[in-house]
Amino acid sequence: MKTIFRLAVAIAVMIQSQTFGQSESMVKIEGGSYLPLYGTEQEVVVGDFLMDVTPVTNQDFLEFLQENPQWKKSQVRPLFADSNYLATWPSDDSYGANLPSAPVTMISWYAAKNYCEWLEMRLPTIDEWEYVAMASATRPDGRQEAGFQKTILGLYEAPNTYKNEVGTTFRNYWGVEDLHGLVWEWTMDFNSIMIGGESRKDSAGGGNLFCAGAAVGASDVKDYAAFMRYTFRGSVKAKYAVKNLGFRCVKDLPADQNKN
Amino acid sequence: MNKKNNKNRRWYAAVFLMTVMGMGLFTSCDKAVAEKKDPETIKVYGETIAELTAPPMVPRPVGDRAATKLKIEMEVIEKEMEMADGVTYNYWTFDGSVPGSFIRARVGDEIEFTLKNHPDSKLPHNIDLHAVNGPGGGAEATFVAPGQQRTFTFKTLNPGLYVYHCATAPVGMHIANGMYGLILVEPEGGLPPVDREYYVMQGDFYTEGEYGERGFQAFDMNKAIKEQADYVVFNGKVGGITGENELYAEVGETVRIFMGNGGPNLVSSFHIIGEIFDTVRLEGGDLVNHNVQTTLIPAGGAATVEFKVDVPGELVLVDHSIFRAFNKGALGILNVHGKENTKVFDDNFEAEPYNPEPILGSAPIEDGEPEEKAVEVLSLADKMERGKTVYNQTCMACHQTTGQGIAGVFPPLAESDYLNADVTRAIKSVKHGLSGEIEVNGNIYNSVMPPQALSDEDVANVLTYVYKNWGNNGTEVTTEMVKAVN
Repeated sequence: MKTIFRLAVAIAVMIQSQTFGQSESMVKIEGGSYLPLYGTEQEVVVGDFLMDVTPVTNQDFLEFLQENPQWKKSQVRPLFADSNYLATWPSDDSYGANLPSAPVTMISWYAAKNYCEWLEMRLPTIDEWEYVAMASATRPDGRQEAGFQKTILGLYEAPNTYKNEVGTTFRNYWGVEDLHGLVWEWTMDFNSIMIGGESRKDSAGGGNLFCAGAAVGASDVKDYAAFMRYTFRGSVKAKYAVKNLGFRCVKDLPADQNKN
Repeated sequence: MNKKNNKNRRWYAAVFLMTVMGMGLFTSCDKAVAEKKDPETIKVYGETIAELTAPPMVPRPVGDRAATKLKIEMEVIEKEMEMADGVTYNYWTFDGSVPGSFIRARVGDEIEFTLKNHPDSKLPHNIDLHAVNGPGGGAEATFVAPGQQRTFTFKTLNPGLYVYHCATAPVGMHIANGMYGLILVEPEGGLPPVDREYYVMQGDFYTEGEYGERGFQAFDMNKAIKEQADYVVFNGKVGGITGENELYAEVGETVRIFMGNGGPNLVSSFHIIGEIFDTVRLEGGDLVNHNVQTTLIPAGGAATVEFKVDVPGELVLVDHSIFRAFNKGALGILNVHGKENTKVFDDNFEAEPYNPEPILGSAPIEDGEPEEKAVEVLSLADKMERGKTVYNQTCMACHQTTGQGIAGVFPPLAESDYLNADVTRAIKSVKHGLSGEIEVNGNIYNSVMPPQALSDEDVANVLTYVYKNWGNNGTEVTTEMVKAVN
């Protein structure tokens, strides 16, 4: 009985160390509360979690496809991906001229979600993603830092950044990279805040065509970068594959490590 | 195909006949003519692919064609283009131009509008056409992610000239980056024919660098919110309708300009120097005014102006909030060719000296030897300082802050081959003025610079300042050199 217990401990330790091995590419985000641009009038609370340092790359995704052929472009079900799915890949098993370490794009929300689940992870929620993304290089909330927003707007405007390799923009306070300046990123609940495209009405907080409750007034009408992210999310559907839309995964901390 | 054409032709003929008959019948009864049928009930015939044009051109008039199902496809393209000489900006466009394609329809048309967003776009976009009766003007119906397209239909119920623009959040930024254009809905039978039609739109731009600062310039959100425009331009850039882009007409022709204002912030006081608008269709609607000098065009609004050009020469389109024209780029040229008409305008008179009598009671002219003014010998640094002041007071309005000039209107002094080639000629130009055709850095300028009322010292100072700046050859001009030039 004792031996079995020891064995169990040994296995547990092994699994633990494996988990840590895997999470070298991830960093810990300490939770907190903040006021996002949309969706609430009160601060939201975000717990601790691990987040990928960089977006998922073409090479990463190719490995996923080898083990999950149902997500190859020739086999994916039309319900889960539109005809743009992996459109820049010349074949099922090659990303062609795309750089191996460039972020994978032209993938649907379903594919991104399944990728994360394959690694026993998940997509971040909007609130989690925005919480991490408000960090500057030196502060967990850099939104009021001089020049911070200007820098981000500049990154957003630069064309064709999806072709660049991951890890080429800036590393923020948490050690997370490329949240701004490479690709937009899928979130688990990207469509929970409906922005109808009639932005003047949306920001005024009037009745929204799709979902009246969701379109409350924005918390900071000067946060243009956040407006751009939220409108982007509002413009896509789960089966869309878009050239400058990629993703990264997050993972909940084991219960005993989530003490904050 | 031929059959269809024949059919159309026959149909047009029938409509024409009916119109003529109708006019005959109703001449004695104005009310009946004025009475219009409910545009909603206007029947459409066939399908037509809309002709779309980039500015300053417009599609063919609708004439007397019947209402049709008009198919329009527009593409959103984000791309870097020139804002001014040496200055680039990341524009967001409808169909790759600023303003976007001109749409021409008639009242009663059923428009099937498809908006495509290029896969390389970074952002979702949409379109709000002010010609639409319906929520958002199509904004919600066309909200489209990169690499997607969406379609909606609407019927044109109100004739007029309307702005369209992107309405995606943050809406001001989308408009500030160039996402606007015009859609004309002609009344039944079309607008009265004219000889030439043009499409011009004013817009204000907000850049990180000041006006004329070279290189890529990013959008400046804070300036946009404060409404402090760096550029106010026609057709998307400084020189949008000057130089090779200038408009053209011949003496005696009638010209119609569909003039819109995309904003996002500023209202235009649209004026053409040397011309009076015979007719203005105010705010693009039915109200017509005649004999107008300057017409207001609100941001997100438009007006149609019509005039006959009577004499040859360059007519200058400006926003008569005039610093915008002089210092921010709101300047365009309509070049009128043809025979002089001295009855209307004659400037063939020689200048004559003008010596007013000394005013009684004014200070007596001092007798005696005129005081020999001591000529101060300035150090080069002082000379440059003084030259800069003279430049800013005298030259900058035309040649601009860093000598970049205004394409097609005022030649550049920066890296200017014309300037560097001949210092004597430069001195002469400042002292005595310069007129006629010259070539500067490969561009032809044909204009007039008046003689400058400057002392010889100041001519030397300002020229030294210019020669030692902006990539010129560094010549130091002395007072003696200026004196020697007659």
